[in-house]
Amino acid sequence: MNDQTLTPEERAANLKGMGSSRKRVEDVRFTQGKGNYVDDIKLDGMLFGAFVRSPYAHARVVNVNKDAALAVPGVVAVLTAEDLSPLGLHWMPTLAGDKQMVLADGKVLFQGQEVAYVVAEDRYIAADAAELVEVDYEELPVLTDPFEALKSDVVLREDLEGQTEGAHGPRKHHNHIFTWEQGDKDATEAILAEADVVAEEMIYYHRTHPCPLETCGCVASMDKVTGKLTLHGTFQAPHAIRTVVSLISGIAEHNIRVISPDIGGGFGNKVGAYAGYVCSVVASIVTGRPVKWVENRMENLMSTAFARDYWMQGKIAATKDGKITGLWCHTTADHGGFDACADPTKFPAGFMNICTGSYDIPTAYLAVDGVYTNKAPGGVAYRCSFRVTEAAYFIERMIEVLAIKLNMDAAELRRINFIKADQFPYQSALGWEYDSGDYHTAWDKALKAVDYEGLRAEQAQQIEDFKAGKTRKLLGIGLTHFTEIVGAGPVKNCDILGLGMFDSCEIRIHPTGSAIARLGTISQGQGHATTFAQIIASEIGLPADDITLEEGDTDTAPYGLGTYGSRSTPVAGAATAMAARKIRAKAQMIAAYLLEVHDDDVEWDVDRFAVKGAPERFKTMKEIAFAAYNQAIPGLEPGLEAVSYYDPPNMTYPFGAYICVMEIDVDTGEWDVRKFYALDDCGTRINPMIIEGQVHGGVTEALAIAMGQEIAYDEMGNVKTATLMDFFIPTAWETPNYTTDHTVTPSPHHPIGAKGVGESPNVGGVPAFSNAVHDAFRPFGLVQSHMPHDHWRIWRIANGLGMHG
Amino acid sequence: MIPAGFEYHRPGDIASAIGILQQHGDEARVIAGGHSLIPMMKLRMAEMGHLVDLQAIDELKGIEVGADTVSLGAMVTQHELITHDGLASAIPLIREAALQIADPQVRYMGTVGGNVANGDPGNDMPGLMQCLNATFDLSGPDGNRSVAARDFYEAAYFTARDDEEILTRISIPVPGAGVGQAYEKQKRKIGDYATAAAAVMVGNGQASVAMTNLADTPIWSDAASAALAAGNVDACVAAMLDAIDPVEDNRGPVEFKKHVAAVMLRRAIARAQSRAS
Ligand SMILES: Cc1cc2nc3c(=O)[nH]c(=O)nc-3n(C[C@H](O)[C@H](O)[C@H](O)COP(=O)(O)OP(=O)(O)OC[C@H]3O[C@@H](n4cnc5c(N)ncnc54)[C@H](O)[C@@H]3O)c2cc1C
Repeated sequence: MNDQTLTPEERAANLKGMGSSRKRVEDVRFTQGKGNYVDDIKLDGMLFGAFVRSPYAHARVVNVNKDAALAVPGVVAVLTAEDLSPLGLHWMPTLAGDKQMVLADGKVLFQGQEVAYVVAEDRYIAADAAELVEVDYEELPVLTDPFEALKSDVVLREDLEGQTEGAHGPRKHHNHIFTWEQGDKDATEAILAEADVVAEEMIYYHRTHPCPLETCGCVASMDKVTGKLTLHGTFQAPHAIRTVVSLISGIAEHNIRVISPDIGGGFGNKVGAYAGYVCSVVASIVTGRPVKWVENRMENLMSTAFARDYWMQGKIAATKDGKITGLWCHTTADHGGFDACADPTKFPAGFMNICTGSYDIPTAYLAVDGVYTNKAPGGVAYRCSFRVTEAAYFIERMIEVLAIKLNMDAAELRRINFIKADQFPYQSALGWEYDSGDYHTAWDKALKAVDYEGLRAEQAQQIEDFKAGKTRKLLGIGLTHFTEIVGAGPVKNCDILGLGMFDSCEIRIHPTGSAIARLGTISQGQGHATTFAQIIASEIGLPADDITLEEGDTDTAPYGLGTYGSRSTPVAGAATAMAARKIRAKAQMIAAYLLEVHDDDVEWDVDRFAVKGAPERFKTMKEIAFAAYNQAIPGLEPGLEAVSYYDPPNMTYPFGAYICVMEIDVDTGEWDVRKFYALDDCGTRINPMIIEGQVHGGVTEALAIAMGQEIAYDEMGNVKTATLMDFFIPTAWETPNYTTDHTVTPSPHHPIGAKGVGESPNVGGVPAFSNAVHDAFRPFGLVQSHMPHDHWRIWRIANGLGMHG
Repeated sequence: MIPAGFEYHRPGDIASAIGILQQHGDEARVIAGGHSLIPMMKLRMAEMGHLVDLQAIDELKGIEVGADTVSLGAMVTQHELITHDGLASAIPLIREAALQIADPQVRYMGTVGGNVANGDPGNDMPGLMQCLNATFDLSGPDGNRSVAARDFYEAAYFTARDDEEILTRISIPVPGAGVGQAYEKQKRKIGDYATAAAAVMVGNGQASVAMTNLADTPIWSDAASAALAAGNVDACVAAMLDAIDPVEDNRGPVEFKKHVAAVMLRRAIARAQSRAS
């Protein structure tokens, strides 16, 4: 590296720092089957836990008889609420300020709810014994519709009876959880009353599930000699889990070590605390042996956190020529049996108030009512920042609905309402300060890339052909311009259970010039070990290949709030850059000492400090690192390390323009994505290859959600989609080809200008697919049809429009 | 997803397999590729004390293509149906249908015998075999017998096969030259069973049509086949719509299924006709 013949550009390239499509270092082990997931962990004497779950959505639990299960050889214990209640652990707090049964306490509120926990010598015995636990149920009336639940006499949460005040203000009904209001109601209603044009529509974003490849699980191990509890688990927020375990179990926090090993996808499913964790910890304390619990696929789909389920009633006001003047939204949010949403405390509906989207809407009002029903709890951010997918879907559908009302081209309607580049930082009507953006540039680039005019001409021809009986297929052009809000978040308004949502990084440089960095986040497939090393490489001039990255062990990593809501790069990535800069600042002093000049007389040059005006006199970072450990430098401590806790001044606001071209068979409801163009602006791009991979994965999930994936219940509260036969996960066959593109508008407040990208494709993808379906039928009179757009529902649209003769 | 415990048997010939079935009565079940049975066991919807694996029985293997008849061993995999050269030229319909079953992983394991013996209305091979007018050879404690595919299916998971019988081979008459064949299937994704599927043979003044997953058995319709043989496509479709009896499920409501049944059938007919000479 100490080679003077290399140009600065060549030296920079050798670092594989920011901007390099460096191959993912994680994949060496993942592609060889050498990952280390929770279910790979085997500890001496380990027992296995399995749940007995409720077959009913709403029932009283009259009696639980454990005898037959306990009689099975190899069964160690069967836990029920009765066993947990002396410890006060039969209920647990949720992240949303509610509480949730760990094991059924007198009744069950959703199908698949945990009723008893069987602990046995191996998982086969545990599964067999779980079948033998006899539970007597007395069925109760089931409420699966949130609107009905708000009118019904049936009390779901008897434990809350008489409580008119909830965690987020007054409760209006015994099945009501909270009302959350943002913006100016009176002003918005006044605008709606006077507007030239008002479009009104109910937009439903159906219930779905993150369905990570690896389900949730843990291994709890209580060492009775040391008094230490080690908890391995699929945790997206290991440090927060440690604090929560300490608070609810009473075990001192220093005696708890939480480890998130490799995680096979999270997508929000692994943020919350689940009954399996509590029961495993209790079982380990009781037996003195490690206890493993891993969900199966059906348990995952039925009981651990779902996503969406928002009924969004919208009104949008505009002038005759399409300038939007006001937006009104009332959301009825189906939270299931317990409010276990994972949102920052002050945001019971997450960042749903980003629902003015990319548009300069002067006046707006949002109200969200949370409701209990007989469905599984959750409401997590499935590959999105808290409720941002719902918000983006809402506004991107409302724009289309307004375009229909105005008889306008939806691309043009967007263009005339975009926030302009010179309006940033932009104060939105619902309370956010957008950091940066250049929507017009992105939009025009996208329309040009797909030849929007040409596509519209082709579509017009196809409509002619359809009417002439020459084809039974329609062409839909799905447009989306989304704005996200990610990187939660500033401690002044973002916390989870009182823990500020900062994040952290600690870097240690080794004497020979390599390094280890530890962060408060945890990768679940995002490639942190690859990208965060690149940030450090660029900041301190050591090759990314020489930097090890570690996350997920609370005994070694600095405290952080974890990985979800696209917060890792905006928050922990910023902490990483700041820690690296502290190191560079000390390195500057060491270099100046070694070069025998004043600190201010050296300057940074890619991987070294050189004397100003004499570039041949320099010390590389490698040399400086060694000096930090072998020289007594006056006024400086030995060693070279730094830690940074970063409290972001604001969120970041990534955006993008997505266009989907879809062909639809009106006779079968089958669809075929002919083209999908995704332009993302995530600010500074750390690793373009990883960005592309994230976009491919996220758009594929969006395709699944828009075109078929759902958690559906029948009127008895039975889950109809609890296996992957019915819960749609696209295969390579259904997955279209994607064209990715970008613009770069750095975040002005982030140390490296990066904004976060992992979730943009899900946020932008869903409305793009859905709008394509709607657009195909728009010429025939369709205004709104709810997702998922699976074959029969698309067929129903065509049928309703009289297209089947 | 853990099945209840069972004893595993791996007999080397048909007689021993039947012996084990006799010994354990309805406690025992044969397993072929396991790709219908194992999921049911993992869901604990099927529980049996004894599992009799047919993998080691050579008599159940092999594809024989004769001038008039094709004989398929019960343990022939769907993958073998796709890759066998002579079979594709003798009866192209089999390969065309097999390619629309599940995905390559399932087809490496899944057998033609398991597919037709299973009795699941979602399976594609039963309708196909009815269309082709195949015959199933069964061996049991009382000897051997043959049952026509068109007489084999009684209700979902109920067939003419006795519990102690094993399906050994499938015989299929080779359709005459000039007969056009087509298999058309709508499904939600790769790896899904049919929303509706149609198997059609037409040519030389004859026709045969069968449909899948639109009733609790596959539906072969004499009236529909006769109408098509007479060249009346509309009457064929009308007769078939009369014969099917779909139920609402996650794939859609009854009205939708009837609609796509007609669409699949018309498409299969059009393709088969274009291939007839
Ligand atoms: C994801 C997935 C998707 C699928 N999609 C489709 C599809 O689209 N279309 C389709 O047709 N199938 C589909 N299948 C089913 C697959 O084709 C099975 O392999 C087939 O149905 C059964 O064949 P098998 O050899 O696996 O039988 P097994 O599962 O071993 O057995 C099935 C049943 O038949 C009985 N049986 C098996 N062999 C014999 C025999 N020789 N004599 C008597 N009884 C016997 C068994 O006792 C059992 O009851 C799918 C399966 C999966 C897992």
